[in-house]
Amino acid sequence: MTFNFAMQAIDQIINSGAKTHYMSGAFAKCPIVFRGPNGAAAGVAAQHSQDYASWYGQIPGLKVVSPYDAEDAKGLLKAAIRDPNPVVVLENELMYGVSFPSSAEIASKDFVIPFGKAKIAREGTDITIATYSRPVGFALEAAEMLAKEGISAEVINLRSIRPLDLASIIKSVKKTNHLMTVEQGFPQFGVGSEVSAQIMESEAFDYLDAPVCRVTGADVPMPYAQNLERLALPDAEVIYKQVKRVLNVE
Amino acid sequence: EFGDKTFEGYNIDVPSSSITLTKADAISLYREMQMVRRLEMAADSSYKHKLIRGFCHLCTGQEAVPVGIEGAITKEDAIITAYRCHGFTYMRGAAPVGILAELMGRKDGVSKGKGGSMHMYAPNFYGGNGIVGAQVPLGAGIAFAQKYNNEKTCTLALYGDGAANQGQVFEAYNMAKLWDLPVIFVCENNKYGMGTAAGRAAANTDYYTRGQYIPGIRVNGMDVLAVRQAVAYAREYATSGNGPLVLEMKTYRYGGHSMSDPGTTYRTREEIQHMRSTSDPITGYKHRLVDSGVASEDELKSIDKEAKKLIDEALATAKATPEPAASELWDDVYVKGSEVPYLRGRVAEETHYYNVD
Repeated sequence: MTFNFAMQAIDQIINSGAKTHYMSGAFAKCPIVFRGPNGAAAGVAAQHSQDYASWYGQIPGLKVVSPYDAEDAKGLLKAAIRDPNPVVVLENELMYGVSFPSSAEIASKDFVIPFGKAKIAREGTDITIATYSRPVGFALEAAEMLAKEGISAEVINLRSIRPLDLASIIKSVKKTNHLMTVEQGFPQFGVGSEVSAQIMESEAFDYLDAPVCRVTGADVPMPYAQNLERLALPDAEVIYKQVKRVLNVE
Repeated sequence: EFGDKTFEGYNIDVPSSSITLTKADAISLYREMQMVRRLEMAADSSYKHKLIRGFCHLCTGQEAVPVGIEGAITKEDAIITAYRCHGFTYMRGAAPVGILAELMGRKDGVSKGKGGSMHMYAPNFYGGNGIVGAQVPLGAGIAFAQKYNNEKTCTLALYGDGAANQGQVFEAYNMAKLWDLPVIFVCENNKYGMGTAAGRAAANTDYYTRGQYIPGIRVNGMDVLAVRQAVAYAREYATSGNGPLVLEMKTYRYGGHSMSDPGTTYRTREEIQHMRSTSDPITGYKHRLVDSGVASEDELKSIDKEAKKLIDEALATAKATPEPAASELWDDVYVKGSEVPYLRGRVAEETHYYNVD
């Protein structure tokens, strides 16, 4: 079951899960974890290909995380279970079969990743790419392509959608002076929109040499046909081209 | 004549156990089941050749349900179902080439390649819905419109034994009975949900009784004539102002829940083999036609050949059709002429503007 099916129970998640503690003046707690595949899988069309990060990310009372790799998946899920609040863990089905290096630290039973702390997935100096979930991989791929052309991209794996680690993005933007957000969700009112707005409201605004650039899913229901699906989702190629456009490099 | 176990009623008399139909109708039912079987076989092989992506749910073994239903209703009646929809799409009048092209995401598909396996439509066929159970209240809504418009028609809202446990199914039951809507709730009980035997998911597997205040009939869903008889009876009941009815079609799917499910982790290969050899809807019906002298073995064989030929041709045509044009990405998000001014692509530069001179 994926988060697409959770729309059938979104009232329970938002109206009951997220609000009970507040409405009851802390009388009732709701320590629950909702985890499952989120976002687009391959060729499953409009009803099964949605990114709910911005849906749940908007709701006070919820915490929302979205792992990229195995380390994230372990650490964030463990933290979610230990958290006393309702937590939504947005995984990605296409990442389930992907292997990542592990370590004794990650394997230990107390390995948790604190919420609201982004991870610098790759250091760089020319542009900051803030992203989460599967697109972290696309951003890393694009960064590799860009490095060959002498462009140094810093990739931030947000890990946590709510709380959002604005401090890490600000710190990075102060260094790179450029910001791009990448997500698979719809562009309007998305995670990228929120990051852009918060950066505008922060001291990082004065450090920007170009407007913040959003790379998103296209603003259409997910088409089934492969050629159209390709046009609806961001990939490394799109990120690569957009970085060059933002940096005004031929 | 049907056997004793063909129908079981819940708060209602069962349909008559004798059936009369013309020879042409009898043979047509056979032909259509064979067409649906061939269509699904073509889908199966195309999936294995990677021509079909994503989810694909086949109804092989369950052919008597869509075929028997269509044999008992009119084109003005409505049907809505979940994702196991290819057979229904065909029976509602879509050409096999349109179904196969849709499966392959081609522009000549019934949904222009935008819907795929789970989202197919035809006149008075409301899909092809991907979220388990969500189509059932929609079906009640279609029936509401039929009643509101004083039509002498009904809606068949289909769902599986898995979806039968959804809360919204019971909400639909309630409204449908409260307003005596002309809706026939049809539970296709193929014994297994996605990886689970029905008994592990349902507190009551007598699905025909689960409407509580709505009468129900359990039907041998492997017998096309029984399906046809029960649906004709239910249609008469629903369109005469008696309100809803629940039909449980006891059926069996040979394949997995979808192409990604081998279908053998929660049941034995022997069970599948046993069902194939003892309860196959097509083989059983074939024997019946031959034994009763309605058709000869040779006649039916030539129908089999013809079905294979028609589907082979449709598959070849579908394969040759192109993908949708890239511009189709933006079409149909809104009704033509009523679009929002623009929709953004993956980046601002890809923004699509409508109605630009």
